[in-house]
Amino acid sequence: MEDWIWTTLVRALAFGTPILLAGLGEIYAERSGVVNLGVEGMMAVGALAAFAVAQSSGHPYLGLAAAAAVGALIALPFAFASITLRANQYVAGLALTMLGLGLSGLLGKPYEGAPLAHPLPEAGFVAAALLLAAGLWFFLRHTFGGLVLKSAGENPETVDAMGINVYAVRYGAVVFGGAMAGLAGAFLSLAYRPSWADGITSGLGWIAVALAIFAAWHPLKAVGAALLFGALYHLSYRLQAVVSPEFLKAMPYLFVVVVLSLSALRRGPSGAPEALGIPYVRGERR
Amino acid sequence: MRRIGPFLVEKDLVAPPGRVLAVSTAALLLAFLVAGLVFWAYGVSPWAAYRTIFVETLLSPSGFAEGVRRAIPLLLAGVGLVLAFRGQFWNIGAEGQLLLGAVAAAGVALFAPLPGPLKLPAMFLAGFVAGGLWAAVPALLKLRLGVNDVLTTLMLNYVAVYLVEWLIHGPWRGRTAFGFAYTDRFPDTAMLPLLPGTYVHWPTLLLALGLAWLAWFVLARTVWGYPVRVTGDNPEAARYARMPVFWVVFGVALASGGLAGLAGVGEVAGVHGRLLGAYQISLGYGYTAIIVAWLARGNPLGAVLTALFMGLVFASGDVMKIALQMPFRVTDVFNGLILFFLISTERLLYYRVRWAPARKEH
Repeated sequence: MEDWIWTTLVRALAFGTPILLAGLGEIYAERSGVVNLGVEGMMAVGALAAFAVAQSSGHPYLGLAAAAAVGALIALPFAFASITLRANQYVAGLALTMLGLGLSGLLGKPYEGAPLAHPLPEAGFVAAALLLAAGLWFFLRHTFGGLVLKSAGENPETVDAMGINVYAVRYGAVVFGGAMAGLAGAFLSLAYRPSWADGITSGLGWIAVALAIFAAWHPLKAVGAALLFGALYHLSYRLQAVVSPEFLKAMPYLFVVVVLSLSALRRGPSGAPEALGIPYVRGERR
Repeated sequence: MRRIGPFLVEKDLVAPPGRVLAVSTAALLLAFLVAGLVFWAYGVSPWAAYRTIFVETLLSPSGFAEGVRRAIPLLLAGVGLVLAFRGQFWNIGAEGQLLLGAVAAAGVALFAPLPGPLKLPAMFLAGFVAGGLWAAVPALLKLRLGVNDVLTTLMLNYVAVYLVEWLIHGPWRGRTAFGFAYTDRFPDTAMLPLLPGTYVHWPTLLLALGLAWLAWFVLARTVWGYPVRVTGDNPEAARYARMPVFWVVFGVALASGGLAGLAGVGEVAGVHGRLLGAYQISLGYGYTAIIVAWLARGNPLGAVLTALFMGLVFASGDVMKIALQMPFRVTDVFNGLILFFLISTERLLYYRVRWAPARKEH
């Protein structure tokens, strides 16, 4: 029995890690006021970049760096469209997801089925994700930088009045979110699988977006939420003999709908940043 | 007003059709340019790729018919999304609603003891209802609890995919399917006629064109369209004027889900003749329909043109897959880039640029 609990916990941590990494990035982006629905796409290009670089160079850590860099890079056009050009954030994010899935599927074709000589251990990613969650919570709660980030999402006019560039803060948060989504992808292609296949992210990016809402945009609560989703994924493998596999595969997505509805039922404020999804225009009243 | 070189740039509250056309065309050209760079990175000459696409979709009758065939589901789902977006319902779930329509149609085709001539109408009706109900769930969650509709509609797409997979692997698996996962073939009375030599199921095409006109008429010319337009432009004003915002959002949700459901009926009854794997039925029409709706700029009749255009883009994906051995994901690259450049250039619609060279002072 104790064994069973232990394995469930360990596997839940592993399954939850990509959701946690990408979800933390999304929490930062949304805390600055920008909803980025492109997580799934950024994760996919991150996974491909990690695998391609690790496989051709033989250095998995180089792959890790490439994933973060490529994730950040592909977030830039999204940031330009949604922050500078003030395009609809939802639609811009969808475009980013389509583009990311398309690019990685196309350019990743030569790597399909290729082996990886030096995979990375899952445990390293798990530990790093937990440390990051704690660090990001500390930054948000106890530093001036965190205060500025939060204010950009709650009341950007104040940030502007302080003489700090709202656009720069939001660009930073979105690009950081991209790097985190890239790392989440690297976990899949360097440690969890470890290989590259088109569709490797299988909707995990969307679950990361839901995680930000479910965790009320709080980095530490995100750890608990990721564990919950991870446990669910693990259970869906364990129950395969009893329930039809299609139902189990659909369960995480149904769970997101249920969880979002439950968070909406919660009393009191949801914790959503005031200016979430609203483009900032300098010198204009909201 | 600002001067940029010899041009005067000033803000404008309305976007005249000519400017909309010019800006949209520029966005599409930019998207194709960047897509060309992607092909080049993949190792295919952009020039060869575009020449192949041009010759095999626009110049070949069978290639063009393939584009029209793809445009049918895109038009049905796209018109629905035009309505949804105008009514402030962020429906990203057309893909799942389409699949539910296909499931309902297959259920009626295979199991309903109906006389022959009633079969097809019953399938379309069932598809509309099933797609509408699939959209009604996120609509109610949004209206009653304030749950983000983008995420719920999207999550239900995945659920719909696994529902289809479960049906074809389990209870509905055909007796004649042997090792394959699909249902038995529909009876002939449940199949739509095709234009000879193509997969163009013309009754669905006519239905789609008729519904596009109907949606335009309701939106622009009737008492029901007015609250939808106001809700879309300014929800606060609609609430203040005591317009039935709940019913507007719920109504556009049902209509958009239903229209996507009809698209699913057309695919199984017109092209496949059975229920089969979700990715064989759809290949992402529901997602591409978002671009069809966005490109149509809120006009259901505009969707006729944009659906044909995106249908041809889809057909190009086919061509590139067969002629150039590229993965079908190229369609996603096109889709992503087109959508990205469309929304990025949107702000340009509200600027007037005039040619006014500065006169030399003497």
